[in-house]
Amino acid sequence: MRYLMLALALLLATPVVAQDMLPPAPYAYKQLPDPAQEAKAQALMETLRCLKCQSQAISDSDAPMAGDMRHQVRTRIAAGEDPEAIRQWLIERYGDYVSYAPQVKPITWPLFAAPLLFLALAALLLRKRFRRSTNSGDRA
Amino acid sequence: MIAEIGLAVLWMAAALAALQLIAGIIALRPKGAQLGTLVRPVAVMQGVLVALAFAALVTLFLTTDLSVKLVADNSHSAKPFIFKLAGTWGNHEGSMLMWVTIMAVAGGIVALVEKRLREDTLIATLAGQAFVSLGFYAFLLLASNPFERLPEPAPEGAGLNPLLQDVGLAFHPPTLYVGYVGLSIAFSFAVGALVTRDVGPAFARAMRPWVLGAWIFLTLGITAGSYWAYYTLGWGGWWFWDPVENASLMPWLAATALLHSCSVLASRNALRAWTVMLGVVAFSMSMVGTFLVRSGILTSVHAFAVDPERGSFILALLAIYIGGALTLFGLRASTVTEGARFSFVSREAALVFNNVMLCGILGIVLLGTLYPLLTEAMGVKVSVGPPYFNPVSAIFAIPMMLVMAVGPLLRWRQDKAGRITWPVAIPALISAAVLLGIVLLAPRVSLLSALGLAIAPGLALASMMPLRGRKLRRTPLATWGMVVAHVGIAVALFGMASESAFSTEKLAAMNPGDSQQVGPWRVTLQGIAPVAGQNWTALDATVAASYDGGEPTMLHPQARTFANPPGNRTESALKTRWNGQLYTVLGEEGEDGRWQMRFWWKPFVPMIWYGGALIALGGLLALLGRVSSEVRRLVATGKIAYRRERQGR
Amino acid sequence: MSDPRDPAPKNPGTKKPGLAMWLPLGLFAAFFVLVIWGLVRPANREVESAFIGKPLPAFDLPPASDDRPGLNTTVFSGKPRLLNVFASWCVPCAVESPQLAALAQQGVEIDGVAIRDRKDDVARFLAQNGNPFARIGKDDLSKVQLAIGSSGVPETFVIDGKGVIRYQHIGDIRPEDVPLILRKLAEAGS
Repeated sequence: MRYLMLALALLLATPVVAQDMLPPAPYAYKQLPDPAQEAKAQALMETLRCLKCQSQAISDSDAPMAGDMRHQVRTRIAAGEDPEAIRQWLIERYGDYVSYAPQVKPITWPLFAAPLLFLALAALLLRKRFRRSTNSGDRA
Repeated sequence: MIAEIGLAVLWMAAALAALQLIAGIIALRPKGAQLGTLVRPVAVMQGVLVALAFAALVTLFLTTDLSVKLVADNSHSAKPFIFKLAGTWGNHEGSMLMWVTIMAVAGGIVALVEKRLREDTLIATLAGQAFVSLGFYAFLLLASNPFERLPEPAPEGAGLNPLLQDVGLAFHPPTLYVGYVGLSIAFSFAVGALVTRDVGPAFARAMRPWVLGAWIFLTLGITAGSYWAYYTLGWGGWWFWDPVENASLMPWLAATALLHSCSVLASRNALRAWTVMLGVVAFSMSMVGTFLVRSGILTSVHAFAVDPERGSFILALLAIYIGGALTLFGLRASTVTEGARFSFVSREAALVFNNVMLCGILGIVLLGTLYPLLTEAMGVKVSVGPPYFNPVSAIFAIPMMLVMAVGPLLRWRQDKAGRITWPVAIPALISAAVLLGIVLLAPRVSLLSALGLAIAPGLALASMMPLRGRKLRRTPLATWGMVVAHVGIAVALFGMASESAFSTEKLAAMNPGDSQQVGPWRVTLQGIAPVAGQNWTALDATVAASYDGGEPTMLHPQARTFANPPGNRTESALKTRWNGQLYTVLGEEGEDGRWQMRFWWKPFVPMIWYGGALIALGGLLALLGRVSSEVRRLVATGKIAYRRERQGR
Repeated sequence: MSDPRDPAPKNPGTKKPGLAMWLPLGLFAAFFVLVIWGLVRPANREVESAFIGKPLPAFDLPPASDDRPGLNTTVFSGKPRLLNVFASWCVPCAVESPQLAALAQQGVEIDGVAIRDRKDDVARFLAQNGNPFARIGKDDLSKVQLAIGSSGVPETFVIDGKGVIRYQHIGDIRPEDVPLILRKLAEAGS
């Protein structure tokens, strides 16, 4: 079902009405000349959420606002700003929603505790099994 | 007339499902045993009737009977045959009918061929299957009758959205569907076995082919869907950890775990409670996935035409089936012992380890998918995306793949690590060498990609080790299946790691005649011309691409405009070589008249989908192996009349 | 385990703890409660600004219209003002113009930020829908929009006399929203 819906979402994502007429921001579709900086910008853009779209990173969206956000990210990186500082700048304005990388905060600690919890649980389960089984292995 | 017959037959099938459930329940009581003989024929009959109902709906769509509301709403007399056919299930009512059809037909097949399972367990299984079907029958017949007539026949059908007239899209959803529904059979077996407390090898052997079949379809569905998103979205991404994608991944993870625990239970009579649990969980994940997609409860790129009311209905079914099964599990599981013991170094241990790791990934995906909803309930909006899912699932996936390389070489029950030193050492050395090479030569590659690139070749080689010293022609098909599927995992892993490590992107504003360098490719925009398709017009770019100075290939990325309903879509153009794929997209025209072009060179990216196809092929080989050995067994016990012919080969 | 073929050694000493078997049901119940909440919650797809209560970041926008000056941060001192983020290409922005006009008539000072817009289009928009704005800044790269945490057009911010963002209204202002906006302005002024 999902890609069927995706197709329709794509249709909706580019409505013909209510689209601005301005050309995209200079760095919306232009890469930074320095490949190292561009790589940094790209990595960051892949983890920032497009605010006008349903669920897409700004690096994957043709929405004008996503283009403007890419422009911001690229120009700031070019000015030597740290990617994480840019992320924080956006989080200050849009909340954690804007970042696909959840920040470690009281509200998100279960997300980060979960893998450890799962591993601990798995270790417990496996240990119990194998401790028992070594006995029966000896018998065998 | 056909519509009326279809509806009548559907009602009869529903009545038989009710009979199947009631007879099953009575038969399981001490005094009702004679009713048990009724269950099998009723299940077969129910399957036949519902198949007739489905055939009726297919006929209505193929003949475009516009007096039927569903056809008038979703089809058009001028549509090509293939899309008329796909139109049958490309809508809510039709997909629900397809769902019960698969369930009932599968139930009928179980009733016909399953001879090894204890009779009471089989009856409980079929009763469970009838119980699950009844919910869907009720929904179909009471709330969404697919055979409803219009008071006046429509002059012409409303047609199907032009974008949906894509062969890939016509068959992708039902593929996933078959997978989802196939897991309902596993669920019924699990419930049946819990009811009669008969969790053993026979139960696992009866369930295994169904799990395998469902798993093959899920694998194909996810692989095809990922490729479809890759070439349609126009930005070169192939997996976004979007809620709707996760919804299809979760049943696959559970089914993969179930498949492996099934084989432990079938061969060694161990992991009983665990296998039953997974049987319930796998189907739960199918239902949860369907619910998440249909209800639109989570924001998704793929979410459209969601219907919270239908979502609520699926949730109600989910609560009854899964809540019921888990209650049963809570009551009964403590009476199911874990079964045969095994030592730390044994094939069972490796399989248990991988099961636990798969469940870890499943847990992470489920948690990450639902987490935004959880925090929203507390008044905070967060997003959970690739930066979380990738590394956290790797915590489980990497150890799993290491054990996966070793596991198939180990013997059941107890083994000595020393026995497999050499077959493990060679792949391990290869992986270590690759890792060292990457660290030295390409230090910019991220840790996860480097590990993926290093593990993949070692895993591929190690996965083939079980074939060493064997006569290949006499190796059982199931073993071949395992080898092929495991190699498929390695292949897909290599594609994923290579894509993320070595992709080159080039965004450029170009005039006709301009050239750009993208990795080893020289791409030249030769011109832009308008073209017209059946129901769209497009700007069509001609791009000449030459690899490393070679003969140029022409590519035609397009920007398509659809008139009805209005919308735009980019149509990327791909050039596949053995070592990767060139991905080209035509963007918009800038104010200065230059065209915005996007290019990617993605080394080895097709291996992601080749790997997926190999995994499914492995599943198919294993399934053929299981089925043919089953047939041989039936032949040997003289249950099939043409035994001579079979024995002759 | 009445199956006679069952080779599992019975080991009564290692009985499973019964409680763990209820864990899956517990988790499922938690899931169920969560999604029920998700189904009944009011649909809220808007992204609220996290910048409320913080001072406006410094900016200086050129004028978007010939008869109004551009907009910079120094304006926001003294009396509370409204900052309306709009665009000529946005339909709800036209829909809310009578409400903005009504607010302006009651003495509320409104400044506009035109997002990704051309001067001609803004002029036509204002001619058609009236011009309640004291100043209009032209924000071609959505810079100010991003700086104050606005995620679409139209959005209206209440800025107090010290230049601090006090309230954000997402979407078009309906007639029934006007009293709320006036109250927020009064609160910002006190």
